[in-house]
Amino acid sequence: MHSVGPGASTREVRATYASDVSDDDLVRRLRSGDESAFAELVDAYHPSMVRFAQTFVPSRAVAEEVAQDTWLAVLKGIQDFQGRSSLKTWIFRILANRARSTGAREQRTTPVDVEDAATVDARRFDAGGMWSDPPAHWSDEVVERLSAGYFLEKVQAAISRLPEGQRAVVTLRDVDGLSSKEVCEVLGISEANQRVLLHRGRGRVRAIFEDELARP
Amino acid sequence: MKLSALRRDIVCQQAVELVTDYLEGRLSRHETRRFEAHLRACDGCDEYLRQIRATIAILGHVQPEDLAPETRQGLLELYRQFREE
Repeated sequence: MHSVGPGASTREVRATYASDVSDDDLVRRLRSGDESAFAELVDAYHPSMVRFAQTFVPSRAVAEEVAQDTWLAVLKGIQDFQGRSSLKTWIFRILANRARSTGAREQRTTPVDVEDAATVDARRFDAGGMWSDPPAHWSDEVVERLSAGYFLEKVQAAISRLPEGQRAVVTLRDVDGLSSKEVCEVLGISEANQRVLLHRGRGRVRAIFEDELARP
Repeated sequence: MKLSALRRDIVCQQAVELVTDYLEGRLSRHETRRFEAHLRACDGCDEYLRQIRATIAILGHVQPEDLAPETRQGLLELYRQFREE
């Protein structure tokens, strides 16, 4: 069985609530002061926002504050929202900017992703660049184990061990289901940079899973 | 052997670094052909791609913490304060 064909199992679009279909309607209701529109947005995005903000700030409590500040900024800015990006992208961009400046104020060192560019340990290849220690097969059973509830907590821990840029991109792309274009807009990075961070981040998470599976 | 010749065209260490470009549809048609030819000939790289796909699927299962009722209430209070100002 060969898994040939790009994107066969990547989720192109995750059916999250508040996609384009309801954006216009939500914006209109928010502008007119409809509290239920605000509540819908909070329900849909607040938990993801707090999780994402933790990429840049040192604690959950600070992330919660940053998310709250973001909601105020959203309420103040909604009259000027142009609809050039989706409402979600716009909200997450505000959040990313705030979380980054708060993170800088909190003196959290922002590691630049310069270390090892390779996503697989070079020692696993022979001198000719062929596998000498290829990955062991993950059966369907193994993948099921990795998707189980108790393991998903470890997955969150694995994500939080990634360098900042990788963590931000992996969280937005693979966990929250944003498109690459949206991720670039939220983080203000180029498409190529986004892809490098995604590549390293996914590779590193895979390696962490592999280590977990190797444990007795 | 034709297959082993193809396998040598890109080595595994290079192939694993092409995985994301491949999944993102950023390889040229020629590069895609070479990459896929390598996969057909190489169980290790084929497995590696499967694992990256599995990793992406697993990441998609991670849920954020539930919104605490008091947090939700606090945000709605914030909203009302904002509207009053």
